[in-house]
Amino acid sequence: MLKRRTLIAAASVALCGLAAIPAYAQETIKVGLILPMTGPFASTGRQVSAGAKTFIATHGDTVAGKKIELVIRDDAGTADQTRRIAQELVVNDGAKVLAGFGLTPLAMAVGPVATQAKIPTVVMAAGTASITKASEYITRTSGTLPQYSLPVGTWAAQNGIKKVVTLVSDYGPGIDAEKWFSKEFKAKGGEITEAVRVPLANPDFAPFLQRVRDAKPDAVFVFLPSGAGALFMKQFADRGLTEAGVKLIATGDVTDDDILNSMGKPALGTITGHFYATAHDSPENKAYVAAFKKGNPDMRPNFMSVGGYDGMALIYAALEKTKGDPTGPAFMAAVKGLSWVSPRGPVSIDPETRDIIQNIYMREVKDVGGELHNVEFATFKDLKDPEKAEAK
Amino acid sequence: MLTILFDGIAYGMLLFILACGLTVTLGLMNFINLAHGAFAMAGGYVTVIMMNRYGISFYWCLPAAFLVSAAIGLILERTLYQWLYQAPHLDQVLFSIGIVFMAIAATDYFMGGQQQLINLPPELSGRMDVFGVGVGRYRLFTIILCAILAVVLQLILSKTRFGSRLRAAVDDRRVAIGLGINVPVVFALTFAFGSGLAGLGGAMGAEILGLDPNFPLKFMIYFLIVVSVGGTSTVSGPFLAAMLLGIADVAGKYYVPAIGPFVIYGLMIIMLILRPNGLFTRGGR
Repeated sequence: MLKRRTLIAAASVALCGLAAIPAYAQETIKVGLILPMTGPFASTGRQVSAGAKTFIATHGDTVAGKKIELVIRDDAGTADQTRRIAQELVVNDGAKVLAGFGLTPLAMAVGPVATQAKIPTVVMAAGTASITKASEYITRTSGTLPQYSLPVGTWAAQNGIKKVVTLVSDYGPGIDAEKWFSKEFKAKGGEITEAVRVPLANPDFAPFLQRVRDAKPDAVFVFLPSGAGALFMKQFADRGLTEAGVKLIATGDVTDDDILNSMGKPALGTITGHFYATAHDSPENKAYVAAFKKGNPDMRPNFMSVGGYDGMALIYAALEKTKGDPTGPAFMAAVKGLSWVSPRGPVSIDPETRDIIQNIYMREVKDVGGELHNVEFATFKDLKDPEKAEAK
Repeated sequence: MLTILFDGIAYGMLLFILACGLTVTLGLMNFINLAHGAFAMAGGYVTVIMMNRYGISFYWCLPAAFLVSAAIGLILERTLYQWLYQAPHLDQVLFSIGIVFMAIAATDYFMGGQQQLINLPPELSGRMDVFGVGVGRYRLFTIILCAILAVVLQLILSKTRFGSRLRAAVDDRRVAIGLGINVPVVFALTFAFGSGLAGLGGAMGAEILGLDPNFPLKFMIYFLIVVSVGGTSTVSGPFLAAMLLGIADVAGKYYVPAIGPFVIYGLMIIMLILRPNGLFTRGGR
């Protein structure tokens, strides 16, 4: 309720602002932000849009003499809607840049639109490696699953874990995670005793967890989308796998900062690899978290929000470089090789793949001042997306 | 092996509590209420709010979830549902699916779209060994509670005066009215009771099945399978169907994980070919 009211207030303030300066016709660049704001993936949409708005709130809404206008549209997480909205935004509303995209299929659906209209498209959340291949106008500020699954494999092999069972959601990102974790872990001398795939809409993890327990591995590697991850975590603890000596290692999606605190004790001690944690220790991140909480007091910024924030950072930096020219070829040329310091640490855009290069952190869930946090303890520096690096 | 059986029974029990209200409305009142899951969700959210915002014990949340869902059921029955008893089934389906979407949107607006989590009291979490079989405490609690409810339900329907009135009202509404049975009141109470059971199921399922605004849609299929396989004219039919589905689902996912999710659908198809009217049926209806 409150959030919506502040939104309306913010919108009306913005309108007043517009009304006040009609005298000199400042050119505006519309950025179409397409996100799942309703439906099962609404939390993704909320986080990304909050991150993007935080950037505008802290950096102003003008860059290179142009005014940036954010147009947020809801695709409810269905790909055909995403595509329709993308077309509408480009054709009717004159959006010059598209951004957002909560899930892989949604980002994929926009590929042809981006190519035909030569519209720069910034993926802020979806994580399957191949998305940037869908169009040469797509770039990304979140991360790819191979990018943050692989270091978990490295870490596991280096830390005395010999036998692992993998358990992933049975869809694109899950299979990416399974493949790259296993590949790295095996290359470093580990053994995958079993690979379990869980249907995406799965109500009860009991049978899969029992399978893991009976396989008696040293650890279980998990990728699940964040909501299901929380449920999994509780059942993992309930089944006594921790006592049976099975470690839980995962990608950061499972210990999503947004809901980590409500997972309670079972989450403690979980080891995950990811590109951002709310508790990341840097002045940039402290400033970011403070600014984010100012606009969204009841939310905790998670990795999706930082994808939104950095997406806007990328758009601003690219426009700065092109002196306010948002046309596709110029914009994309500017994007390639961009680097900046994000709340998550130093990041850059790979000139060859247009995908993000960033640090991946290993974290452990700990109780920090009465709240559960992902506390970073090791860093893998400047990782590229391994899938596209290998394909070359 | 026994653990799998145990997990399957617990899951089946939960499905039964969630779906048996639907059996009552669909089978006894002849109303296709796809919004059944919405009442379950209401119960779940009552529990989440009471536990997480006000710190009330889980044990008090269960009856509260029942009462609140029953009250919502009663109000909706009196204001909306009762006008549609005589309407064609298509109208009922459209109406109740509309309620589902409204419930989803409303929940999303007020509570947010994220997965809701509750923390069970310590005596219900963890697991223990019973004769070498690993048994989750909460699942054991679920089984016991649901088994008691199933027995009580069966007794109410078959042995009490209210049960016989209800069956009479269903079999022939006009004659029942003629005999002085206040059919609207009987239906309203039954509907409220079914909704309350769903709410209880939602509250108990929050831990195992999870809870988010899409709960009613996610589980609608499971409810419908339970009811269609079990038949709608008894309580024991859906009970057995729920058990069968729970065990088949858990065992299927354990032994043949590659095709695990399809096991229950395969089972449903076979059951419906063999017994198109459900496991138990009074036949000819």
